[in-house]
Amino acid sequence: MAIVSREASFQLTVKEVSVSFGGIKAIQDVSLGVRPGQIYSIIGPNGAGKTTLFNCISGIYHADHGSILFDGVELIGMKPHKITQLGIGRAFQNIELFKGMTVLDNLMSARSFHMSYGLLRAAFYLGSCMAQEAQNRDLVEDVIEFLDLQHVRKTPVMSLSYGMQKRVELARALAMEPKILLVDEPVSGMNLEEREDMARYLIDINEEKGVTVVLIEHDMGLVMDLSETVTVLNFGMKIAEGTPGEISENPEVIKAYLGEVHT
Amino acid sequence: MGRKFKTSYQQDSALFQNLWVKSWLAIAIVVLCVLPFVLKPYELSIMNGIGIAVIGALGLNLLTGYTGQISLCHGALVGIGAYSTALLSANLGLHFLVSLPLSGLMAAALGLIVGVPSLRLKGLYLALGTLAFGFIFEYVILHWNLTQGEMGLAVPRIQFASFVVETERHFYFLILITAALATLAAKNIARSKIGRCFVAICDRDIAAEAMGISLTKYKIMAFGISAFYAGLAGCLLAHYQQWIVPGNFDLMLSISYIAMIIMGGLGTVLGSILGAGLITLIPHGIVYLTDAFKDVWPGLSGLIVSFKLGVFGLVIVGTLLFEPRGLFGIYQRIKVYWKTWPFKY
Ligand SMILES: Nc1ncnc2c1ncn2[C@@H]1O[C@H](COP(=O)(O)OP(=O)(O)OP(=O)(O)O)[C@@H](O)[C@H]1O
Ligand SMILES: [Mg+2]
Repeated sequence: MAIVSREASFQLTVKEVSVSFGGIKAIQDVSLGVRPGQIYSIIGPNGAGKTTLFNCISGIYHADHGSILFDGVELIGMKPHKITQLGIGRAFQNIELFKGMTVLDNLMSARSFHMSYGLLRAAFYLGSCMAQEAQNRDLVEDVIEFLDLQHVRKTPVMSLSYGMQKRVELARALAMEPKILLVDEPVSGMNLEEREDMARYLIDINEEKGVTVVLIEHDMGLVMDLSETVTVLNFGMKIAEGTPGEISENPEVIKAYLGEVHT
Repeated sequence: MGRKFKTSYQQDSALFQNLWVKSWLAIAIVVLCVLPFVLKPYELSIMNGIGIAVIGALGLNLLTGYTGQISLCHGALVGIGAYSTALLSANLGLHFLVSLPLSGLMAAALGLIVGVPSLRLKGLYLALGTLAFGFIFEYVILHWNLTQGEMGLAVPRIQFASFVVETERHFYFLILITAALATLAAKNIARSKIGRCFVAICDRDIAAEAMGISLTKYKIMAFGISAFYAGLAGCLLAHYQQWIVPGNFDLMLSISYIAMIIMGGLGTVLGSILGAGLITLIPHGIVYLTDAFKDVWPGLSGLIVSFKLGVFGLVIVGTLLFEPRGLFGIYQRIKVYWKTWPFKY
């Protein structure tokens, strides 16, 4: 019974998920549980399977077996856009913004599924179309303000710096109003100041907006400061889970990271 | 917050954003209304050709320019619109105002079917799939007795009560009104969530899905809208020509539509209009030139048809090489130049 109630308290449950590409087992029997309101980090050396796990949750990759539950709904087999509409936001590791659009349009496009008007209304831009566009623009403006993007609102994303693009990537995911946000290496390639800003934004998103955050990150300082729970993947397998303190003292984790240095 | 910004948001997404656009629009409207009273019938017929092409090009641009889905059967969908209205108005006696939307819907229905392979195929494979649809269409209208094969169909005149649409000037206004409405609708669709979903799919389809956008729904919708526009263009063309044959809707027509949107500017409404204008003018320009040189080089006029294809090919390749954003790109550069004049930067 104890196990059942523990599982029920998870917002996102990954159970014995495996994925392989050809012969390569990208992840093997990985299980984890994320509680609502947490900042939950996933770390591990390059190629450990972290992004692959996110892609399984988002429905971009299909797990060979296992189960992924979000609020009790099985995600495996569901179309990616349906999974997103359940409230799972995603900020990509390699920036995947819509290159031809401005910052504003990128964020607005993340709100498409919140707008219900149809083609005929759109063609005449009348009634519910105009109302919903204005209402969603309002919400997007809140996100723009939240992440201090006011000055680049109308800028095409391609002309922004790398650090800014990363921030827009996060903003776009947040604009979906997700219940849980999957953030893949938000500070990679950033300078110190940008890293600190990003850390602040992640904390604010978690605390003020109450969004659960699942974070993949190589920056140990950031992971240790922010997370409540940390899971470590190595060669597609989960080797440890615990609080930041427990993880930094875990001999197997140390070995995985030191081992990586040597090879 | 928010409420107080509301008026400024609406200005943001307004159809015509600034004085520059508004003044050009006003000039264009005045010119378009004066033209039929100053142009000769031959020149008006060119304008009518352009107007019909604008409608078709808007549709193809929503599909190819905005959504990034290639189609080599746009001409066939124009043909479906044309044959629909010919059959509906001759056999069932439907009024033009009824057969116009029906032709659009007929083409849209087939467009939806053409769109299904796009869920699986991309790029070259999709091009081949749509090409096959074009050939099937040609085969069917050539062999189905309802469409009378090579001989083609007569298309009844359009009549509003006792008023018969017959002169170039009558058609001019009919086509102008339809094209203006089609442009307005395209512009609105482009700035709505639907337009954003189209561009999102074109730019990065995996990210679009991860943002909750259904690829199936919006790709199929793009094919449907695009075909609807093609159907409207075909319906007008049929009534305007009064007689349609399968040869009107061959691969050449599809390719000229592609040339229009590439030349004009992919993913822009204005580009569709500019491109439709230019590509429609080119054959007339060629005829004009061969006429001028007919004494010097009499054999030239026999080459017109192959000439046209070659010129379209050159136009497409040239645009892609020198100004990938097409006429729209040139327009934007001129605009920036004048706005910042006399400062160069
Ligand atoms: N689409 C794919 N096709 C083939 N192999 C893949 C694919 N995606 C990932 N892999 C392989 O799966 C393994 C895990 O990759 P993944 O991107 O998940 O690593 P990661 O932990 O995110 O690494 P990094 O920290 O470098 O981002 C790697 O060996 C990778 O080459
Ligand atoms: Mg990764």
